[in-house]
Amino acid sequence: MDALGVVPVASIRHERRIAADADAVWDVVRRPESIPLWFPGIVSCTVEGSHRVITTAMGLEIPEEILGNDDASRHFAYRITAPPYSFHLGVIDVIEVATNDSLCVYSTTALPDTLAMLIAGGTLGALGEIQRLAERSRVAS
Amino acid sequence: MSRKILFITTDQQRYDTVGANGGTLSRTPVIDQLAREGIRYERAQPTSVVCMPSRSSMLTGQFPSTHGAWMNGVPLAIDAPSVAETLHDAGYATALIGKAHFEPFMDPFGLYAENTLANLGVPTIEQDWFDGRRGVHRGFDYLEFATHGVMGALHYAKWMREQHSDVIRGFYQVVDADFNVNAAGGGDTNAPQVKYNAVPREWYHTDWVADRTIRWLEEQESDRDWFCWMSFPDPHHPWDPPKSEIGRVPWRDVPLPENYPQSSSERESLLDQKARHWRLWYDGRLVSNYEAPAKWVPATMTADQVREVNAMNAVEVELIDEAIGRVLASIERKGWGDDVDVIFTSDHGELQGDFGLLFKGPYHVDGLMRLPLIWRPARTTAPTPSVVHAPVSLVSLAATFLEIAGQKAPSWVEGAVLPIDDVDASTRSFDATFTEWDSSIFGIDVHVRTIVTDDYLYTQYQPGTVHDGSEGELYVLSDDPWQRVNRFEDPAMALVRASLAEQLAAHESRAGERATPGVLMAPV
Repeated sequence: MDALGVVPVASIRHERRIAADADAVWDVVRRPESIPLWFPGIVSCTVEGSHRVITTAMGLEIPEEILGNDDASRHFAYRITAPPYSFHLGVIDVIEVATNDSLCVYSTTALPDTLAMLIAGGTLGALGEIQRLAERSRVAS
Repeated sequence: MSRKILFITTDQQRYDTVGANGGTLSRTPVIDQLAREGIRYERAQPTSVVCMPSRSSMLTGQFPSTHGAWMNGVPLAIDAPSVAETLHDAGYATALIGKAHFEPFMDPFGLYAENTLANLGVPTIEQDWFDGRRGVHRGFDYLEFATHGVMGALHYAKWMREQHSDVIRGFYQVVDADFNVNAAGGGDTNAPQVKYNAVPREWYHTDWVADRTIRWLEEQESDRDWFCWMSFPDPHHPWDPPKSEIGRVPWRDVPLPENYPQSSSERESLLDQKARHWRLWYDGRLVSNYEAPAKWVPATMTADQVREVNAMNAVEVELIDEAIGRVLASIERKGWGDDVDVIFTSDHGELQGDFGLLFKGPYHVDGLMRLPLIWRPARTTAPTPSVVHAPVSLVSLAATFLEIAGQKAPSWVEGAVLPIDDVDASTRSFDATFTEWDSSIFGIDVHVRTIVTDDYLYTQYQPGTVHDGSEGELYVLSDDPWQRVNRFEDPAMALVRASLAEQLAAHESRAGERATPGVLMAPV
């Protein structure tokens, strides 16, 4: 807690400019069950309603709750619901810049702050995969 | 057949913990004997005072500002140059057993080979190399990893959990519930990161590293050249050596360090001469780096806690010395005793009570920067024992390994081969070393550059969260061996300061290709 009584929550944002239409980028990430395809180190997941459990390459099972998945605004939000996280919010936004040009922003806000860094480190690789898949789909189409 | 190379590193070990360097707390007869037979360096400096950048410099022969692993938590690029690759190409069998730490430990997604190899059950994997080829991970045929305890995914931790789960609770919990470096105290004095550990000595990681090294050596063909990096995690905190061994150094008998100011007023007076983050940390107002416990205030440390930490540290140093002795004996049994170059050093030091502080951080003084370094050349070369007083840097290790192996140093190597005596050092102008610090974590940026010469230790603080770029420290080593009197603002030192600043600037603008600085992926 700082001098103003505020608990400092770590918030880390990574972004990637992608040479693909925003819809193509959004198509990569919009399905909750698709995460093992584009998040390096997530090897599988199960989805039941708004609950998702991911399994990492290190064998960790992490339960999540999907908070928002909006095709219109290309916005996906979720949170990890188990310790050691006391708070977590992950947000992916896909923003249209122009034809075949979009911005994908992946934000991680979490407590403890050290853990935000660990998740955010993974999101950096995820953005690379999202870019690769979206740009490949553009070429294929 | 060429010369074989046993490269021994410890973690966070000060110069003055070794008997050959005048240390009296721990008995280090094996290391002392290496020093008597070989070359002992009086002023060996790291390129960084934390693990990942410093170890990456050993592997690449480059400064952190070149190899790009600029702080703990920033992985060394997988295709960074590696001296092990060059040795592998030259026909050497290559192994790294113990602590590597070129990649972050905290790795929930299994992004790094260091954390996944134990689960894969293979000795190495193929990765991209610097020259565009693919080959064994960073040039090592065989990798088996350990770190400071039994958490995580490395081989030692997995072995302990599978084989000796009944004793793993005896180890100190390195991080707390918030995944920060734990501040919890233990032992008799409640000193941070101290715990009496019931683990039997033969299962402790020091002996495990030696056992695995011996096993690998025994598997090598007699006429095969090899490069073996045996890397002990100790005496880095936590200080939790096997309880059976702690009677070696009773903490109540341990003298306080020469550079431990016994009164708080003296401590504060000394710290107030230095750049402001020193005192801010001491008072608990700023923890600028992850490596020091976030919830520990140095000003609360008692003299008895300093004694107990140093006693535990000394026990760990003795266990390392004995483990090295076992490995050297196995080398003799294989008939290689005359053919092996042995190089012993550490990646950085530990404050151990200096200025009333513990652990490490952006504090460029001898406690963290003056390291044990001993090179015992193969006896077949009939080495002349010597002591080198000139400043040398661990950035020279890679070039030295290649020289031993009869290989030409590639253009990416920044360090020159270590001098064999003071004449050699003088002839080849070993007159300055450079140490870098860059960190940016949780909104606190610190950037430090230091040059050490025969006579001076000079530090510049670049602009950051608590420094505006005008701060610095200048110590006259001959008059002030513990760096207690900061002469940075002394008008009488203006010319000296200008000259040292010029040399630092030349280091910063040195020629050569730099890697893109890596991205911070984890706290450590």
